[in-house]
Amino acid sequence: MIRVDRERCLYCGGCVGICPVNAITLYETRIEISDACINCGLCVKFCPVGALEEVK
Amino acid sequence: MKVDCLVVGAGPAGSVMAKEMASRGHHVMVVEKRQEIGAPKRCAEGITKHGLENFGIEIHPLCISGRIGGAMLYSPSGKRVTMEGKDMEGYVLERKVFEKWLASEAIKEGAEYMVKAHAIGMERENGMWKVNVQSMDGPLSIETPLVIGADGVESKVGKWAGLKTVNKITDYHSGIQFEMANVKADENFIHLFFGREVAPLGYAWIFPKAFSANVGLGVLEKGASMRAYEYLIKFIKEHDEFFSAAQPIEINGGGVPVAHFTEMVAEGVMLVGDAAQLVNPIHGGGMARAIHSSIMAAEVADDAIRKGDFSKENLMEYERKWESEYGEKTAKLMKLRAFLEKLEDKDFELLADILQGEDIFALTQAKLSFMLRKVVTHPKLLGLARKYLSE
Repeated sequence: MIRVDRERCLYCGGCVGICPVNAITLYETRIEISDACINCGLCVKFCPVGALEEVK
Repeated sequence: MKVDCLVVGAGPAGSVMAKEMASRGHHVMVVEKRQEIGAPKRCAEGITKHGLENFGIEIHPLCISGRIGGAMLYSPSGKRVTMEGKDMEGYVLERKVFEKWLASEAIKEGAEYMVKAHAIGMERENGMWKVNVQSMDGPLSIETPLVIGADGVESKVGKWAGLKTVNKITDYHSGIQFEMANVKADENFIHLFFGREVAPLGYAWIFPKAFSANVGLGVLEKGASMRAYEYLIKFIKEHDEFFSAAQPIEINGGGVPVAHFTEMVAEGVMLVGDAAQLVNPIHGGGMARAIHSSIMAAEVADDAIRKGDFSKENLMEYERKWESEYGEKTAKLMKLRAFLEKLEDKDFELLADILQGEDIFALTQAKLSFMLRKVVTHPKLLGLARKYLSE
């Protein structure tokens, strides 16, 4: 499961553009990750500020 | 509600599309999920004069925050190469103002706009698209034969239409930027910094504005050992000559699609700008290409509406136009990108010694093969140049 640190996120939407299964959506001021997430971790690697982390 | 054309996203690509369609007499609506068009930016705000003038855009003076005569490039050790000249002249825009101005130009032509209206899905029904929009007044369903995806790097329109618009991590810069007040840098130039420890497989920048400067960088994950944010903090710390008295007034993040993979059209759908990954693969600038893509898409959309033919086959004309204008240049710039990604810091130092500003400008214009002559006495660079820059 991927968790968003909402205090750190800049809601830039960069992670949305790299998600291979279209599981991430940027609403105006928040990121939401749906059940479609496959825990591939690409968004975690990409995030410019480290606002995403994989939690077991 | 029924419209001739629905544009998702009110950035430069979306608003130019809307203006082009409205001025041809079509009923066009733009939905923008944010409450304010233009903010927060994901952009260093630079554009050359050509990037606007070539497309007939006479920019409102309030959109301009800085005027630039060229670029200063810095090697890892700080050697400087200056590029200047007529072709390098440009602006650092205030995008919050620029995007609102572009929208106002579209609205004057008759385009309808909705802000805080988020397209959340779309379905195909009887040859039309039904786009579901979440607005602050509740859900809306908008019916249209033609959807324009101008929804940026986080584009959903293409995905809903079955296009593979996902970016690859090897071709997607992780970008971060502070807008800072009280930066001490020559304001007639943009400043670009290279090096494996500065911004791996990317570069750092200072773009001066009227009362501030955009200070940022982009990195590729495969070359980076830290977050883009950490590289930026380090860059600012290591350059007291620019930043000793500077403070941040804004922070921006973003993904920069530096390779174009996706198809641009589907049944009743066209993608423009970042949504179609139309960014210059060398400098990562996206505004000029976004604007141009919308101008091309609008010509094809106008024809499609006249004929009543929104088939993928008919809309493919847009992709063909794009390819004939940009295909070859983009392919060459991708080779140049591959070349640059192989360079180590000592190679950048060497290039700073042997290249003049006009040589670097020629490279950015996709003139590559002269580099073989320039590096002929440097075996490693010659090998790389033979591999990537031969024509």
